[in-house]
Amino acid sequence: MNIAMTYTRLRTEERMLLDAFEHLGVQCTPIDLRTVVFNPLDPLEGGVEWGDYDAVIDRSVSLTNTLVAVEMLEHFGIRCVNPLGAIEICSDKLATTLALVRAGVPTPAVRVATNARSGLEAIEHIGYPAVIKPTVGSWGRLVARVNDRDAAEAILEHRELLGSVQQQVFYVQEHIDKPGRDIRVFVVGNEPIAAIARSSEHWVTNTARGARAEGIELTAELREICINASAATQADIVAVDLLECPERGLLVNELNHSMEFRNSTETTGVNIPELVARHVGQIAEEARVESEISV
Amino acid sequence: MNQPSAPAATIEATCPECDAAVVFDRSPLNGEIANCTDCTAELEVICADPITLELAPEVEEDWGE
Repeated sequence: MNIAMTYTRLRTEERMLLDAFEHLGVQCTPIDLRTVVFNPLDPLEGGVEWGDYDAVIDRSVSLTNTLVAVEMLEHFGIRCVNPLGAIEICSDKLATTLALVRAGVPTPAVRVATNARSGLEAIEHIGYPAVIKPTVGSWGRLVARVNDRDAAEAILEHRELLGSVQQQVFYVQEHIDKPGRDIRVFVVGNEPIAAIARSSEHWVTNTARGARAEGIELTAELREICINASAATQADIVAVDLLECPERGLLVNELNHSMEFRNSTETTGVNIPELVARHVGQIAEEARVESEISV
Repeated sequence: MNQPSAPAATIEATCPECDAAVVFDRSPLNGEIANCTDCTAELEVICADPITLELAPEVEEDWGE
């Protein structure tokens, strides 16, 4: 069985994964996407013999590169982890909301508008405080809490005049008065494996923004909502971010298709990279057997 | 009698920002990220043999999870 790991920046997570594959005795070849040229008519052109791989795990830090690589590799018939459909859902907050709503998974209320005037209406529908987010973005970038109409008008005007075309989509979410923390659950093969709580004095509780993480118990309630959220995306591996609403309980806020876990193995006591590598190995083995049968 | 173990070979490169030595505990791979302990610059291995470092690119709009 042969696995490749595509990347653009080899961070601690990617090294941990390569070590985990090695520990399991599974061949995993790191491939720097920045060196690759794809020819849609020939998977062998460009120096990488993609046909040699039973599965590819993409770990590119750039969403654009991920989408290009996974689209091309699926075109070549290679099983990708995660699949393109799951990445498209997780990487776009509107697509995530729609998938969760369709699956009946509790999630914060959202309004979406496509210009500043209707954006203001969307915010007023949600009520103050509201949270305005770009539909595509990570690490809490450009996420704003809007406390009143003055702030709403200022943010909308700034985004309309200074933002890219993508910033003209106004994704407005209800603000959840969470208890100073949010929860992240790591789900591998639709099985929740570990959970952390991320606490911060700031209302954005993202570890990329300095939040502190600690391991917490995976309760039956957490497990159930995360299994449903993961199934809604059809992701092989996903991190589910949840908010604790004082009135409605657990709400799924976001899903992450290329999760970061460098600090979570120690805080949870769960060897996350090894469980990920093991699952990718199973997927690759299934893909290998399937391709042998179809030959 | 146990022989004293030989000291591990040092894998070193030079920080392009401040010229300090950047030490790796094992051979790095292309694209690997390292930090200079002297100037705290975030560095990227652009060639693994011989090890060549450049300042890592700034975070871009579409980076993340």
